[in-house]
Amino acid sequence: MKKFIKQGLQTVDSPYQEDGEKRSLMNKLLLGLSPSEYLLQAFRNPFNWILGLIFVIGIPILLGRFVFGLAWATSGSNDYPWGLFLGFGLFAMVPLSSSGFQLGTACEIFGRHDLEPIERLALLNGLLGYFFMVVSFGPAAVLFLVAWHVSTYLSVQILEVSTAFFEWIGFPAGKRGVRRITLGLTVSGIILSTLHQGALGALFTYAPGKVHPLWYSSSFQWLHFFVSSLPGGLCMVIAVSTIAAKTMNWRGDGRFHANLDKITVSLAKGACMGLATYITIKLIAIAHDNKWSYLDSGWGQWFMLEIILGFMLPLVLMTYGVNTRKMAIVRLGAFATVFGVVLNRVNTAIITFNWKLPHREIPPWREVLISITIFAIYIVVYRFILYRLPILYRWRAEEAPEVVTETEAVRSGAPIGHASTAPIASYSNMTKLD
Amino acid sequence: MKRRNFLKACVIGGATITLGKTNKGWAAGSFEGYPDAMGVLVDTTRCIGCRSCEAACNKEQQLAPPAESFEDKSVFQEERRPDSTHYTVVNEFEKKEPQGPVYRKVQCNHCNEPACLTSCFVNAYTKTKEGAVIYNSKVCVGCRNCMIACPFNVPGYSYESVTNPVVKKCILCYDTRLKVGKPPACVEICPQEALTFGHRADLVKLAHERIRMNPESYYDHVYGEKELGGTSWLYLSRTSFDKIGFDTTMGNEPIISNVKEFLGMVPMVLSIWPALFSGIHLLSKGKHDEQGEHHDTTQEDR
Repeated sequence: MKKFIKQGLQTVDSPYQEDGEKRSLMNKLLLGLSPSEYLLQAFRNPFNWILGLIFVIGIPILLGRFVFGLAWATSGSNDYPWGLFLGFGLFAMVPLSSSGFQLGTACEIFGRHDLEPIERLALLNGLLGYFFMVVSFGPAAVLFLVAWHVSTYLSVQILEVSTAFFEWIGFPAGKRGVRRITLGLTVSGIILSTLHQGALGALFTYAPGKVHPLWYSSSFQWLHFFVSSLPGGLCMVIAVSTIAAKTMNWRGDGRFHANLDKITVSLAKGACMGLATYITIKLIAIAHDNKWSYLDSGWGQWFMLEIILGFMLPLVLMTYGVNTRKMAIVRLGAFATVFGVVLNRVNTAIITFNWKLPHREIPPWREVLISITIFAIYIVVYRFILYRLPILYRWRAEEAPEVVTETEAVRSGAPIGHASTAPIASYSNMTKLD
Repeated sequence: MKRRNFLKACVIGGATITLGKTNKGWAAGSFEGYPDAMGVLVDTTRCIGCRSCEAACNKEQQLAPPAESFEDKSVFQEERRPDSTHYTVVNEFEKKEPQGPVYRKVQCNHCNEPACLTSCFVNAYTKTKEGAVIYNSKVCVGCRNCMIACPFNVPGYSYESVTNPVVKKCILCYDTRLKVGKPPACVEICPQEALTFGHRADLVKLAHERIRMNPESYYDHVYGEKELGGTSWLYLSRTSFDKIGFDTTMGNEPIISNVKEFLGMVPMVLSIWPALFSGIHLLSKGKHDEQGEHHDTTQEDR
């Protein structure tokens, strides 16, 4: 992509081409390239080769599940009925996708419009995480609550993200309709998120004898899951935006790149508060049921490793990074948090589950491969959307000619990011709630 | 007029709340099982590990033929669990004791307040008045939450089925025998009379009677009388129960007690959050209009 831009390719960010001609849908889909150019850039990307390899092996196995049955594709364990698919796909991806409702809340409810450049990324991150969870889960008291909340929330998120799609496809009426109900959507997003993030934790209160006591708390399990999902989601947005800013630099506009560091600091501050709260309530839970003696065991050491590497270390890293404005350290902390949240969920659902049974089960290779394949599809769809829809950049409306952008930037002398937002004010008004 | 209407509404509302709130409550914690519930008492001191109950179960429930015959004693080398083709299994414990090993039959214990039933969101499980916990595979969506929830690790899943995998477990021979007043197949075949079928209430008395008559040959506890709210299957043993594969750390509270706290929180969130967050939005909007874009940079989204 970089090469084409160097050669003078104009990235798709408005309904019109340079010569004023309206872009066709095909043109938008191919990122403004000709089909052969598009294929060329796809082949040039080494990451596509890795993905290709995963799909060549993974897709047949995925299909095999429907031909030969679950017993063939998974360990088919009666002791671990939820296996790797759900342990990772459901319990780890959902907290990392809490970003949607959090940034929605910050922007729409608290009026933090300075966070807007990343709001759509956060919403998309939320949507895709849930979508893949539901797809890999298929159809399935508390689980009922999870099911209907997640499906309702999925439609809420589709609506929230749809504004970007309507802009891209050129359907302003749809966008206006959705904007009108944004407050309602955001509030229902908060409710549904609170409940189903908590409910995922509450699912484990059915198994007090199977989840290890250090990962279990009858009173606080839902709070542990809910609170840890908050920094998890925020840090996932930091992680994804970091990766996106590096690997698809061309796609972000000036506004995105100029504001990214500032927004990352804001998100990291929020994540730090979440982490500190989470560590506190985790310790309170241990004290509440007086489980200190468990710390002095193999499981206890594993637990401390999780808390220290996955939660305390990122808290220290991000606090230090935010105070000294060392962005690399903030981002490292964010990646560590994502790791910590995933480890916590996998620990609860798989690794320490059934701790009383004498033997541990290692998932068979087919199950591992299917999980990797689904995760790879998730990345491909994620990238497909980021390349196209106005998530990292602003869709320039018809009434905002380019010339104005440049003169405005020169005249005001403001940072580029700010300048490029200014002239599109007519359109950005619409993205605000009021 | 307005005030009078308001007061009237208050009185009516208050009365409705007071009267509407009966003592029904949720069953957890106090429910001791249906009065006519049947059950089985397993006296492990009598069991000789012949596995004929396994064979009878296999035949009665028309399960797939097993890999090794029911006379084969080599299966005792490892501890087995019930699964989709074995609704009941016998395990061997205390292998090196001078009095000989202890055999323990495992199957669904048919809890008074079953965790599987509590966790199932399509109501596939029913606790019948006869005490059996039965399962309707037609409504099951295969979420396997019951397998997670079961504290005794009983339900199995027919992973081997390509098109229609379902949960499978002992149903106390409900369809073919219990309904017409006959004992389950395993009880009927037992050559040692290690299994006794009867009303659960009577079996509890019988179990304590046996301990009282022979205190030296029994450990003084009836497993299943109170555990996790009580089960229809009761066990007697000569040693403490943790030595023969029972989990003795679960307490007497049924599983649902653990989940109630969360379920109670749900309606609160549903009713408080909309007003709370819409209110915050209105407040922050007003602030915006007066102070322009100025806003503290701390994250307030929780």
